[in-house]
Amino acid sequence: MAKTPKTSKTSEVSIENLTYEEAMAELEGIVESLESEQNPLEDSMKLFERGQALVAYCSALLESAQLKVQKLVGETVSPFEEESE
Amino acid sequence: MQPTLFSSIHLTVSQLTFHIRKQLENDPTLQDVWVEGEISNLSRPASGHIYFTLKDKNASLKCMMWKQDAARLRVALQDGMAIEAHGRITVYEPQGTYQLAVNIIQPKGEGTLFQEFLRLKAMLEAEGLFDIDRKRPIPELPRKIGIITSGTGAALRDMLNTLRRRLPLAQVILAPSPVQGVDAPPALVKAIQLLNYQLPDVILLARGGGSIEDLWAFNDERVVRAVADSKAPIICGVGHETDFTLCDFAADLRAPTPTAAAELATQTTVDDLQDLLSSHSSRLSFSILSLVAEQKTFVSALRSRLKYVSPERRIQSDYQNLDELSRRAFSALTHRIQLQSNHLNGISKRLLSLNPEGILSRGYAIITRKDNGTVISTVSEAKGEINVRVSDGEFEAIVNRKS
Repeated sequence: MAKTPKTSKTSEVSIENLTYEEAMAELEGIVESLESEQNPLEDSMKLFERGQALVAYCSALLESAQLKVQKLVGETVSPFEEESE
Repeated sequence: MQPTLFSSIHLTVSQLTFHIRKQLENDPTLQDVWVEGEISNLSRPASGHIYFTLKDKNASLKCMMWKQDAARLRVALQDGMAIEAHGRITVYEPQGTYQLAVNIIQPKGEGTLFQEFLRLKAMLEAEGLFDIDRKRPIPELPRKIGIITSGTGAALRDMLNTLRRRLPLAQVILAPSPVQGVDAPPALVKAIQLLNYQLPDVILLARGGGSIEDLWAFNDERVVRAVADSKAPIICGVGHETDFTLCDFAADLRAPTPTAAAELATQTTVDDLQDLLSSHSSRLSFSILSLVAEQKTFVSALRSRLKYVSPERRIQSDYQNLDELSRRAFSALTHRIQLQSNHLNGISKRLLSLNPEGILSRGYAIITRKDNGTVISTVSEAKGEINVRVSDGEFEAIVNRKS
C-alpha cells in the first residue's frame, strides 16, 4: 500500500513499469487520499490525473491478460507448449 | 468293499442336507470370512439380488448378495474383476449347494492398502502433520501459481483452462511429474522441492480420478511429508469428490478435483478485478468532482464576502450623492433661470414701451435727411429730400415749403 510520505503521493515510477498489483495498490492509495485528506487543489488534480492513468493501465492489462505458462525442467524455467487436442 | 446294510445311520436327503447345513453354519470360520477371487457368471435379476461365482485357478464358489447389501456397493461389479468378498457360508437346500452370502465387496488389494492407509494416517496425525494450525491461508490474488501434476493428463488441461478463464493475469509454473507407479513418490517430492525455489504464491498438487492403487502415490509417506514441509501453501486436488488421500490431510486446503483446486487458488477472478477497478474509477471521479464543487462553493462564498467589503458599495453611495447634488444643482439653476427670465420679460416689456417704433404705430413718423441720415426734429433742419419712416416702412418726400 502507498504509505508514502505526504509530499509524494504519486510515485515517480513510470506507469508502464508497474505490475498490476503495484498499479492497483497505488490507485487505491490515491483514491483514499483524495477521499479522506486535504490536499492542495493542484496536488489533488495531479493525483486525479495519475489515478486516471492508472485506471486506464490496469484496465488495459485486464483486457489483454493471457495466462503465462512455464515449465520447470530441473531447476530452470522454460516456456511450456501445451499439446493441442 | 460291500456296504453293510446295517450301518448305524440312515438319513433322508433332507435330513442329510440339514445336517450339512448345521455343520457349516456352526463353524465360526465359515460365518465371518473374507474370500478372494475373480468374478464370473455375474447376474443381476429384477429382484435386485446379485448372483455370481467367485473363482481362482483351482476352485469356484457360488456367491449371492442380498438386495439391501447390494445397494451399499461402492464398486461396479463386472466379470473378471478381482475382489475380496466378505460374508458367511450358507446352504441352499433345494439345490443341495452351499454358497457365500456376501455382505461386503472391495476391489482386491484394497483391504491391505486400506490398513496401511489407516496406520500411516494415525502415525502422521499423532505427529501433528495434519494439525489445523499448520494450515496456511491461500492468497486471494496469487501472482505465481505452481502446478504439480502429470504433464500430459486431462487434469493439467482442466486446471489451465480454469486459470485462463478466472485469472489470466497469473503466471503458471508447471513442475511435471509422474503421478502413479513406483517412480511417482520420489518425483513428486522433488517437484515440490524444486517448485518451492521459484517462490510461487500457491502450489496446486493434482491428479485426475483413478483406482485407489492409481492414487496411491499421494498416500506415500515421503510425499505427504514433502507437502507438509512445502514453504508455499499447497492445494491438493487428487481424484474425485469421494477420494481422500493423506496429501489431502497434509495440504493447506483440500479440493475435490483438479478443476476445483484451480478455482480455490483463484478466489479473486478477473471479473472481481474489473469490478474493483470500476469502483476505484468512480470513486476517483466522484472525489475530484466533489473536491471541485467544494472549492467552487468556497470561492463563491469568498466572492460574496469580497463584494460586501469592496469599494463598489462606496462608489455606489457616492454616485447617489452625486445624483442628489446634481439634482439640487439643476433645480437651483432652473430657479435662477426662471427668475432671470421673468426679469428679462419685465425689462423687455419696458424696453418695448421705449422703442420708437411703438410710437410710429400711433401715427408718429421719424424723418431723416436723405443726404446724411440726420434725424430732423426742428423745422430749421428740414430741407431738400427727406426720408419718412412710419410703422410699416419708409417713403421719400421733398420739403417744398416751410411755415
